[in-house]
Amino acid sequence: MVGLILVSHSKEIAEGTADIVRQMAGEVVEVRPAGGDPDGGVGTDPERLKNAIEGMSADEILVFVDIGSAVLSTEAVIEMLDVSLRGRVHLVDAPLVEGAFAAGVMASTGADASECIEAAVEARTVPKLRGG
Amino acid sequence: MNSGERTVEVVRAMASAVEESHRELTKLDSAIGDGDHGTNMRRGFEAVLGKLDESPPDSPSDVLKSAAMTLIGKVGGAAGPLYGTAFLRASSALAGKADITPPDVAEALEAALGGVKQRGKAEPGDKTMVDALTPAVAAAKEAATSGSAADVLRAAADAAAEGAEATIPLTAKRGRASYLGPRSAGHKDPGAASTALLLDAAARSLGG
Repeated sequence: MVGLILVSHSKEIAEGTADIVRQMAGEVVEVRPAGGDPDGGVGTDPERLKNAIEGMSADEILVFVDIGSAVLSTEAVIEMLDVSLRGRVHLVDAPLVEGAFAAGVMASTGADASECIEAAVEARTVPKLRGG
Repeated sequence: MNSGERTVEVVRAMASAVEESHRELTKLDSAIGDGDHGTNMRRGFEAVLGKLDESPPDSPSDVLKSAAMTLIGKVGGAAGPLYGTAFLRASSALAGKADITPPDVAEALEAALGGVKQRGKAEPGDKTMVDALTPAVAAAKEAATSGSAADVLRAAADAAAEGAEATIPLTAKRGRASYLGPRSAGHKDPGAASTALLLDAAARSLGG
Protein backbone atom coordinates (compact mmCIF):
# COMPACT_ATOMS: atom_id res chain seq x y z
CA MET A 1 0.00 0.00 0.00
CA VAL A 2 1.07 3.56 -0.74
CA GLY A 3 0.90 6.26 1.96
CA LEU A 4 1.24 10.03 1.72
CA ILE A 5 3.03 12.67 3.77
CA LEU A 6 2.17 16.30 3.18
CA VAL A 7 4.77 18.96 4.00
CA SER A 8 3.76 22.60 3.95
CA HIS A 9 5.05 25.79 5.54
CA SER A 10 1.54 26.07 6.96
CA LYS A 11 0.10 23.61 9.47
CA GLU A 12 -3.39 24.41 8.18
CA ILE A 13 -2.46 23.83 4.52
CA ALA A 14 -0.94 20.43 5.33
CA GLU A 15 -3.92 19.40 7.49
CA GLY A 16 -6.47 20.81 5.07
CA THR A 17 -4.84 19.03 2.14
CA ALA A 18 -4.89 15.81 4.17
CA ASP A 19 -8.63 16.34 4.73
CA ILE A 20 -9.22 16.73 0.97
CA VAL A 21 -7.23 13.58 0.19
CA ARG A 22 -8.99 11.55 2.91
CA GLN A 23 -12.37 12.72 1.67
CA MET A 24 -11.69 11.38 -1.82
CA ALA A 25 -9.36 8.48 -1.14
CA GLY A 26 -11.08 7.25 1.99
CA GLU A 27 -9.54 5.89 5.17
CA VAL A 28 -7.70 3.09 3.36
CA VAL A 29 -4.91 5.47 2.35
CA GLU A 30 -2.57 6.52 5.15
CA VAL A 31 -2.11 10.30 5.03
CA ARG A 32 -0.04 12.30 7.48
CA PRO A 33 0.27 16.10 7.48
CA ALA A 34 3.56 17.67 8.62
CA GLY A 35 3.08 21.40 8.36
CA GLY A 36 4.35 24.49 10.14
CA ASP A 37 7.40 25.12 12.29
CA PRO A 38 7.94 23.49 15.71
CA ASP A 39 5.91 26.25 17.40
CA GLY A 40 2.99 26.03 15.00
CA GLY A 41 4.08 29.11 13.05
CA VAL A 42 4.91 29.33 9.36
CA GLY A 43 7.91 27.15 8.50
CA THR A 44 8.97 23.53 8.46
CA ASP A 45 9.74 21.11 11.26
CA PRO A 46 12.18 18.42 10.12
CA GLU A 47 11.83 16.48 13.37
CA ARG A 48 8.07 16.22 12.96
CA LEU A 49 8.60 15.17 9.36
CA LYS A 50 11.14 12.52 10.33
CA ASN A 51 8.80 11.16 13.01
CA ALA A 52 5.91 11.14 10.52
CA ILE A 53 7.93 9.17 7.98
CA GLU A 54 9.20 6.72 10.59
CA GLY A 55 5.68 6.22 11.93
CA MET A 56 4.18 5.27 8.58
CA SER A 57 3.03 1.69 8.16
CA ALA A 58 2.62 2.00 4.36
CA ASP A 59 5.11 0.00 2.26
CA GLU A 60 5.85 2.94 -0.02
CA ILE A 61 5.76 6.53 1.21
CA LEU A 62 5.20 9.47 -1.12
CA VAL A 63 6.18 12.88 0.25
CA PHE A 64 4.62 16.04 -1.18
CA VAL A 65 6.06 19.47 -0.41
CA ASP A 66 5.14 23.08 -1.05
CA ILE A 67 7.91 25.62 -1.57
CA GLY A 68 11.49 26.71 -0.88
CA SER A 69 12.96 25.39 2.34
CA ALA A 70 10.24 22.72 2.63
CA VAL A 71 11.94 21.03 -0.32
CA LEU A 72 15.43 21.40 1.19
CA SER A 73 14.33 20.24 4.65
CA THR A 74 12.55 17.22 3.24
CA GLU A 75 15.53 16.22 1.10
CA ALA A 76 17.83 16.57 4.10
CA VAL A 77 15.52 14.52 6.34
CA ILE A 78 15.28 11.76 3.73
CA GLU A 79 19.09 11.67 3.51
CA MET A 80 19.24 11.09 7.27
CA LEU A 81 16.85 8.13 7.32
CA ASP A 82 18.00 4.56 7.77
CA VAL A 83 18.89 3.07 4.41
CA SER A 84 16.10 0.46 4.51
CA LEU A 85 13.45 3.10 5.16
CA ARG A 86 14.98 5.58 2.71
CA GLY A 87 14.41 3.13 -0.12
CA ARG A 88 10.65 3.26 0.55
CA VAL A 89 10.41 7.05 0.57
CA HIS A 90 9.83 9.03 -2.63
CA LEU A 91 9.87 12.82 -2.79
CA VAL A 92 7.37 13.68 -5.52
CA ASP A 93 7.97 16.56 -7.94
CA ALA A 94 4.36 17.71 -8.09
CA PRO A 95 2.14 20.50 -6.74
CA LEU A 96 1.17 19.78 -3.12
CA VAL A 97 -2.62 19.90 -3.26
CA GLU A 98 -3.26 18.67 -6.80
CA GLY A 99 -0.47 16.11 -6.68
CA ALA A 100 -1.42 14.63 -3.31
CA PHE A 101 -5.06 14.51 -4.38
CA ALA A 102 -4.27 12.63 -7.60
CA ALA A 103 -1.85 10.26 -5.87
CA GLY A 104 -4.28 9.63 -3.01
CA VAL A 105 -7.12 8.71 -5.33
CA MET A 106 -4.79 6.46 -7.31
CA ALA A 107 -3.46 4.85 -4.11
CA SER A 108 -7.02 4.09 -2.96
CA THR A 109 -7.41 1.83 -6.01
CA GLY A 110 -4.43 -0.23 -4.86
CA ALA A 111 -2.06 1.27 -7.43
CA ASP A 112 1.67 0.98 -6.77
CA ALA A 113 4.04 3.85 -5.98
CA SER A 114 5.13 4.50 -9.55
CA GLU A 115 1.52 4.75 -10.77
CA CYS A 116 0.66 7.15 -7.93
CA ILE A 117 3.74 9.27 -8.68
CA GLU A 118 2.84 9.37 -12.35
CA ALA A 119 -0.68 10.57 -11.53
CA ALA A 120 0.70 13.24 -9.21
CA VAL A 121 3.23 14.53 -11.74
CA GLU A 122 0.54 14.65 -14.43
CA ALA A 123 -1.61 16.76 -12.11
CA ARG A 124 0.82 19.62 -12.68
CA THR A 125 -0.18 20.00 -16.31
CA VAL A 126 -3.89 19.26 -16.12
CA PRO A 127 -5.65 22.49 -17.21
CA LYS A 128 -8.22 23.85 -14.76
CA LEU A 129 -10.14 25.82 -17.37
CA ARG A 130 -11.60 24.20 -20.42
CA GLY A 131 -9.27 24.78 -23.36
CA GLY A 132 -6.56 26.01 -20.95
CA MET B 1 41.98 14.61 24.39
CA ASN B 2 40.91 12.09 21.77
CA SER B 3 39.81 13.05 18.28
CA GLY B 4 36.10 12.81 19.15
CA GLU B 5 36.56 15.20 22.09
CA ARG B 6 38.59 17.51 19.89
CA THR B 7 35.78 17.56 17.35
CA VAL B 8 33.34 18.47 20.12
CA GLU B 9 35.67 21.37 21.00
CA VAL B 10 35.60 22.51 17.36
CA VAL B 11 31.80 22.48 17.37
CA ARG B 12 31.79 24.33 20.70
CA ALA B 13 34.02 27.01 19.22
CA MET B 14 31.61 27.34 16.29
CA ALA B 15 28.70 27.76 18.70
CA SER B 16 30.57 30.49 20.63
CA ALA B 17 31.38 32.32 17.42
CA VAL B 18 27.72 32.22 16.39
CA GLU B 19 26.72 33.46 19.85
CA GLU B 20 29.14 36.40 19.53
CA SER B 21 28.19 37.28 15.95
CA HIS B 22 24.51 36.44 15.68
CA ARG B 23 23.45 40.09 15.59
CA GLU B 24 25.81 40.81 12.73
CA LEU B 25 24.48 37.79 10.77
CA THR B 26 20.92 38.91 11.35
CA LYS B 27 21.82 42.42 10.21
CA LEU B 28 23.26 41.05 6.95
CA ASP B 29 20.16 38.92 6.48
CA SER B 30 17.84 41.86 7.16
CA ALA B 31 19.36 43.65 4.17
CA ILE B 32 18.57 40.96 1.59
CA GLY B 33 16.83 38.05 3.33
CA ASP B 34 14.18 37.62 5.99
CA GLY B 35 16.34 38.81 8.87
CA ASP B 36 16.51 35.65 10.94
CA HIS B 37 19.83 34.02 10.01
CA GLY B 38 21.64 35.00 13.21
CA THR B 39 18.73 34.07 15.44
CA ASN B 40 18.26 30.75 13.65
CA MET B 41 21.95 29.82 13.74
CA ARG B 42 22.14 30.74 17.42
CA ARG B 43 19.13 28.59 18.26
CA GLY B 44 20.55 25.74 16.19
CA PHE B 45 24.01 25.73 17.75
CA GLU B 46 22.59 26.06 21.26
CA ALA B 47 20.60 22.90 20.56
CA VAL B 48 23.68 21.21 19.07
CA LEU B 49 25.62 21.82 22.30
CA GLY B 50 22.70 20.60 24.40
CA LYS B 51 22.59 17.36 22.44
CA LEU B 52 26.38 16.85 22.55
CA ASP B 53 26.39 17.40 26.34
CA GLU B 54 23.51 14.99 26.80
CA SER B 55 25.02 12.14 24.78
CA PRO B 56 28.62 12.83 23.70
CA PRO B 57 29.53 10.68 20.67
CA ASP B 58 32.94 8.98 20.50
CA SER B 59 34.21 9.58 17.00
CA PRO B 60 34.59 12.78 14.94
CA SER B 61 32.15 11.34 12.42
CA ASP B 62 29.50 10.75 15.08
CA VAL B 63 29.98 14.23 16.56
CA LEU B 64 29.37 15.80 13.15
CA LYS B 65 26.38 13.53 12.54
CA SER B 66 24.79 14.52 15.83
CA ALA B 67 25.34 18.19 14.95
CA ALA B 68 23.90 17.64 11.45
CA MET B 69 20.71 16.14 12.79
CA THR B 70 20.18 18.98 15.24
CA LEU B 71 21.01 21.71 12.72
CA ILE B 72 18.48 20.34 10.23
CA GLY B 73 15.86 20.20 12.96
CA LYS B 74 16.52 23.44 14.82
CA VAL B 75 17.99 26.09 12.52
CA GLY B 76 15.04 26.21 10.18
CA GLY B 77 14.72 28.01 6.87
CA ALA B 78 17.10 27.00 4.12
CA ALA B 79 20.19 27.32 6.33
CA GLY B 80 19.14 24.36 8.52
CA PRO B 81 18.99 21.75 5.78
CA LEU B 82 22.02 23.26 4.03
CA TYR B 83 24.29 23.29 7.08
CA GLY B 84 22.81 19.98 8.20
CA THR B 85 23.71 18.46 4.86
CA ALA B 86 27.20 19.96 5.02
CA PHE B 87 27.82 18.41 8.46
CA LEU B 88 26.24 15.13 7.40
CA ARG B 89 28.45 14.80 4.33
CA ALA B 90 31.53 15.76 6.35
CA SER B 91 30.51 13.10 8.87
CA SER B 92 30.25 10.47 6.12
CA ALA B 93 33.66 11.47 4.77
CA LEU B 94 35.20 10.85 8.20
CA ALA B 95 33.26 7.66 8.97
CA GLY B 96 35.38 4.94 10.57
CA LYS B 97 38.35 7.25 11.15
CA ALA B 98 39.65 7.66 14.69
CA ASP B 99 42.63 9.81 13.75
CA ILE B 100 41.94 12.69 11.43
CA THR B 101 44.77 13.66 9.09
CA PRO B 102 45.08 17.03 7.33
CA PRO B 103 43.95 15.50 4.00
CA ASP B 104 40.93 14.03 5.86
CA VAL B 105 39.95 17.56 6.93
CA ALA B 106 40.20 18.79 3.34
CA GLU B 107 38.15 15.82 2.13
CA ALA B 108 35.47 16.46 4.75
CA LEU B 109 35.22 20.08 3.60
CA GLU B 110 35.01 18.98 -0.02
CA ALA B 111 32.22 16.54 0.85
CA ALA B 112 30.41 19.34 2.70
CA LEU B 113 30.68 21.59 -0.34
CA GLY B 114 29.33 18.84 -2.60
CA GLY B 115 26.33 18.40 -0.31
CA VAL B 116 25.56 22.11 -0.15
CA LYS B 117 25.79 22.48 -3.93
CA GLN B 118 23.55 19.49 -4.51
CA ARG B 119 20.96 20.43 -1.91
CA GLY B 120 20.86 24.14 -2.68
CA LYS B 121 21.38 23.71 -6.43
CA ALA B 122 23.81 26.61 -6.20
CA GLU B 123 27.01 27.28 -8.12
CA PRO B 124 29.84 29.72 -7.46
CA GLY B 125 28.74 33.27 -8.21
CA ASP B 126 25.14 32.73 -7.06
CA LYS B 127 25.81 34.73 -3.86
CA THR B 128 25.44 31.85 -1.40
CA MET B 129 27.43 29.73 1.07
CA VAL B 130 28.99 28.08 -1.98
CA ASP B 131 30.95 31.29 -2.68
CA ALA B 132 32.70 30.91 0.68
CA LEU B 133 33.04 27.11 0.68
CA THR B 134 34.40 26.72 -2.85
CA PRO B 135 37.59 28.76 -2.31
CA ALA B 136 37.83 27.27 1.19
CA VAL B 137 38.01 23.74 -0.22
CA ALA B 138 40.62 24.72 -2.80
CA ALA B 139 42.77 26.37 -0.12
CA ALA B 140 42.27 23.43 2.25
CA LYS B 141 43.41 20.91 -0.33
CA GLU B 142 46.51 22.93 -1.07
CA ALA B 143 47.35 23.36 2.63
CA ALA B 144 46.77 19.64 3.27
CA THR B 145 49.83 18.68 1.20
CA SER B 146 52.21 20.06 3.83
CA GLY B 147 50.35 21.59 6.77
CA SER B 148 48.64 20.39 9.96
CA ALA B 149 44.87 20.06 10.42
CA ALA B 150 44.92 23.51 12.01
CA ASP B 151 46.78 24.90 8.98
CA VAL B 152 44.18 23.34 6.66
CA LEU B 153 41.31 24.93 8.56
CA ARG B 154 43.13 28.28 8.78
CA ALA B 155 43.68 28.31 5.01
CA ALA B 156 40.05 27.35 4.47
CA ALA B 157 38.81 30.03 6.85
CA ASP B 158 40.88 32.80 5.25
CA ALA B 159 39.76 31.80 1.76
CA ALA B 160 36.15 31.61 2.92
CA ALA B 161 36.36 35.10 4.41
CA GLU B 162 37.67 36.44 1.09
CA GLY B 163 34.97 34.53 -0.76
CA ALA B 164 32.31 36.00 1.52
CA GLU B 165 33.60 39.54 0.94
CA ALA B 166 33.53 38.88 -2.79
CA THR B 167 29.77 38.21 -2.64
CA ILE B 168 29.10 41.90 -1.94
CA PRO B 169 28.81 43.09 -5.57
CA LEU B 170 27.04 39.92 -6.74
CA THR B 171 23.36 39.60 -7.63
CA ALA B 172 21.70 36.72 -5.75
CA LYS B 173 20.58 33.77 -7.86
CA ARG B 174 19.26 31.47 -5.11
CA GLY B 175 17.05 31.82 -2.05
CA ARG B 176 14.86 34.68 -0.97
CA ALA B 177 17.45 37.31 -1.92
CA SER B 178 17.14 36.21 -5.56
CA TYR B 179 13.66 37.77 -5.67
CA LEU B 180 15.33 41.14 -5.09
CA GLY B 181 17.30 40.82 -8.34
CA PRO B 182 19.85 43.62 -8.79
CA ARG B 183 18.86 45.14 -5.44
CA SER B 184 20.64 42.26 -3.70
CA ALA B 185 23.98 43.66 -4.96
CA GLY B 186 25.95 45.75 -2.47
CA HIS B 187 25.39 43.42 0.50
CA LYS B 188 27.44 40.52 1.80
CA ASP B 189 25.62 37.18 1.62
CA PRO B 190 24.71 36.08 5.17
CA GLY B 191 25.22 32.38 4.41
CA ALA B 192 28.70 33.00 3.00
CA ALA B 193 29.43 35.16 6.07
CA SER B 194 28.34 32.45 8.52
CA THR B 195 30.34 29.82 6.62
CA ALA B 196 33.48 31.96 6.99
CA LEU B 197 32.65 32.53 10.66
CA LEU B 198 32.30 28.78 11.39
CA LEU B 199 35.52 27.87 9.59
CA ASP B 200 37.41 30.61 11.43
CA ALA B 201 36.11 29.31 14.76
CA ALA B 202 37.10 25.75 13.82
CA ALA B 203 40.60 26.86 12.87
CA ARG B 204 41.08 28.90 16.07
CA SER B 205 39.94 26.02 18.27
CA LEU B 206 42.78 23.91 16.87
CA GLY B 207 45.25 26.75 17.31
CA GLY B 208 45.28 27.67 13.61
